[in-house]
Amino acid sequence: MKLTVWTYEGPPHVGAMRVATGMTNLHYVLHAPQGDTYADLLFTMIERRNHRPPVTYTTFQARDLGSDTANLFKTACQDAYERFKPEAILVGASCTAELIQDDPGGMAENMGLEVPVIALELPSYQRKENYGADETFFQLVRALARPVEKTAQITCNLIGPTALGFRHRDDIDELSGLLSDMGVSVNVVAPMGSTPSDIKRLGAAHFNVLMYPETGETAARWMERDLGLPYTKVVPIGVGATRDFLNEVSQITGLSPVVDDTRLRLPWYSASVDSTYLTGKRVFIFGDGTHAMTAARIARDEMGFEVVGIGCYNREMARPVRALAKSFGLEALITDDYLEVERCIENLSPEMILGTQMERHIGKRLGIPCAVISAPVHVQDFPSRYSPQMGFEGANVIFDTWVHPLVMGLEEHLLHMFRDDFEFNDEAGPSHHGGHAAQRAPSVDSVDLEPTKGLELQSQSLEMTWLSDAEKELKKIPFFVRGKARRNTETYALTQGVKKISVDTLYEAKAHYAR
Amino acid sequence: MLKSNPTSCSNAPILKERGQREVFCGLTSIIWLHRKMQDAFFLVVGSRTCAHLLQSAAGVMIFAEPRFGTAILEETDLAGLADAQQELDREVERLLSRRPDIRQLFLVGSCPSEVIKLDLAKAAQRLSQLYAPSVRVLNFTGSGIETTFTQGEDECLASMVPVLNESGQKQLLVIGALPDVVEDQMRNLLSAMGINDVAVLPATSAKHAVTVGKNTIFVATQPFLGETHSALERRGARHLPAPFPFGAEGTTAWLNVIATEFGISNERFEQVVSAPRARARKAISQASEVLSGKSVFFFPDSQLEIPLARFLVAECGMTAIEIGAPFIHKGLVGPDLDLIPEGPVISEGQDVDLQLDRVLKARPDLTVCGLGLANPLEAKGLTTKWAIELVFTPVHFYEQAGDLAGLFSRPLRRRAALSREAAA
Ligand code: SF4
Repeated sequence: MKLTVWTYEGPPHVGAMRVATGMTNLHYVLHAPQGDTYADLLFTMIERRNHRPPVTYTTFQARDLGSDTANLFKTACQDAYERFKPEAILVGASCTAELIQDDPGGMAENMGLEVPVIALELPSYQRKENYGADETFFQLVRALARPVEKTAQITCNLIGPTALGFRHRDDIDELSGLLSDMGVSVNVVAPMGSTPSDIKRLGAAHFNVLMYPETGETAARWMERDLGLPYTKVVPIGVGATRDFLNEVSQITGLSPVVDDTRLRLPWYSASVDSTYLTGKRVFIFGDGTHAMTAARIARDEMGFEVVGIGCYNREMARPVRALAKSFGLEALITDDYLEVERCIENLSPEMILGTQMERHIGKRLGIPCAVISAPVHVQDFPSRYSPQMGFEGANVIFDTWVHPLVMGLEEHLLHMFRDDFEFNDEAGPSHHGGHAAQRAPSVDSVDLEPTKGLELQSQSLEMTWLSDAEKELKKIPFFVRGKARRNTETYALTQGVKKISVDTLYEAKAHYAR
Repeated sequence: MLKSNPTSCSNAPILKERGQREVFCGLTSIIWLHRKMQDAFFLVVGSRTCAHLLQSAAGVMIFAEPRFGTAILEETDLAGLADAQQELDREVERLLSRRPDIRQLFLVGSCPSEVIKLDLAKAAQRLSQLYAPSVRVLNFTGSGIETTFTQGEDECLASMVPVLNESGQKQLLVIGALPDVVEDQMRNLLSAMGINDVAVLPATSAKHAVTVGKNTIFVATQPFLGETHSALERRGARHLPAPFPFGAEGTTAWLNVIATEFGISNERFEQVVSAPRARARKAISQASEVLSGKSVFFFPDSQLEIPLARFLVAECGMTAIEIGAPFIHKGLVGPDLDLIPEGPVISEGQDVDLQLDRVLKARPDLTVCGLGLANPLEAKGLTTKWAIELVFTPVHFYEQAGDLAGLFSRPLRRRAALSREAAA
């Protein structure tokens, strides 16, 4: 038993729903109590889908238990088959139905339906949403895909996008464009946008592009082994990763990896002088494994940030995330406990968070700017404009998204210059945030005036005190660099064995860390 | 004053359906209960699904640690039951040591905890003894196999009734969680009439000891409190059936039933209600301009459907095509049913696919439904109102009457505004 307040992932049957809802002509019959129908609103409200997820819930009640939950399932399954006339049916159990052991798979298989029935066994008490999506897609592919004749042209499948995915809709377009520039057309995109008939012809492609390992890797591995389809290992998020990806496709296909990149702006925007202020910004990165890892590379190599922490909530990706963190000289945070992530951020007191909607809330509370890089999704993560994460346009979008919560370069210098001006006080946040900034600023300030819990703890553990003059001097430093100054000074004091921090210590530390 | 109709819906046949239901489970009630009861913590014993439901229903939450959480059952808990009880003790101990502000702890049952027959009543008793007197531990079910949406509040309040202190004093007990500002308005109206001995269940904090006894007269502000109703009758209290206090006329009728019971003169009553009633009528008439003459269709959701349909029909000039409710407790909604003229289909339970067929055939001007159905129906050209907002927004009594009408008129005004744009 584990107490959970907020969760990063839903149960595994929600992952199965993400697969089913992304597809058409497929229906999912889920043995589940009525309350589980809440999951529909994730798709209709957050993603603004204009149709109901293709899911029939049996909605059994207490009075049905032990008598006819099994019949209820059969009726629901038969009705759904007749009403929706799908090309294939997924059947499975939610957490509660798993306990009553009606065996929906076995029952559905014996009903003599004229379409393929794919039974899902998703262990609700062990696994989570991403696993559910990955396993469901794998079962579909295994049941339906067979070796077929290859297309005459070089084609690939785009594997992994689902309903309710973080920018999946636009990533598909961006990658299709890039690949077409190289001379590769798309055979099937799956699961999102496909039908069961499309799944049958996956084997006609020459290779697979694995867009999201979280939801497509098991199927990609199976297709490599059973259909002879190699798959790409690089996830093309960021400029460097996109170029590596194009090279990887080139190696698989023999086509030239050179494509038109005239609309790519991230490298120049990053090099232009206004971005000087980004140098060495201390960022904390958290999300699903794939997005966290790609973000780390962009943050360090393309934005010039200093990565001070990295982690993911999906244990399936723990190994590669740990390895990457190690190469950054860090220890990865692998947890799905929101409070643990919050503690970690408090202790590191980064200048920026690249995280999920959960970290955005942590950031709000701690007064740390945050840009969202990963699911779990929120209605804001489905903007009406085109905003992919992958490819060159994705890199442009990422530059804008990450810089947006920060104070602009020139603006930062002005704040320095005029910090004693009464109209230009610390509470003036980034000017492009309008009224919002005014709300945010007080919390920024209160965090800094009374050091955050994490910092307090840290100071205690270092057995260090700030003399009042030094504390006063610290407050003169603009709020957006104050946290860093405090931290640097304490670290410096520790290395020097200084227990009482004076104004001199503060400036010695400043000189020490000057760069 | 509202007149009951000789050919009303109260004797109309009820269409009972049993198919797929598209409704929340009772756990959802925790979202408003924990805001109302400020020293209570709601600990759901359930699965990841339960935690995800709460999170999804709550939308984006900005408080770090809300006063609810889910103890997620794991494989090990499912193996042996004795284990699960110990695990629960451990989680409760951790929780209470981290949150010393908590005075009431509710252990909330879910489908998984009920299917494995985890005895939360036993756990609540044991933990109550352990943490008395600083924390009171109670249990109730919010599971989807036992409860629908607002029934979670009903179960919660019913769980408190047996532990209320006994009192023989004549008093009015009002049941149902209302936003504080609305509760204050209600208390002011009652005290202006001279009724001062008013208790409200649930109280905002455990300090306010609510009592009950033979001379307690209770009235409900929410129609979904069937279990609480029975529990109070078992304690000897007497129920005052009344239309629910929605709109100018509903509020007046509700107050009038109480005034009559407490022997308040007509004159005094009129003195108290005339000004706010006039205000409410004016506000409704403004908001209901676009509602008048339009048709409405209710999908089952919160059990508020019948009283709200009464409001829309009797006070806003709408006609009802179908009024669906998850359950119909005639002892509670009877007075409202009496006031709805015969005509609409009254349905109980649900078969969502069949109901969708009916709504698409009837094409009502306004469809009141859950969040899972709203956008799909909008995409088919129907105008919808999310039912959940009617539960989360202050809508009771005079001062909210205009807002209540506005909740229904806004989707219609919006559609009109957008079609003008498209036509231009
Ligand atoms: S229906 Fe049951 S399993 Fe589903 S969220 Fe509600 S209590 Fe949990």
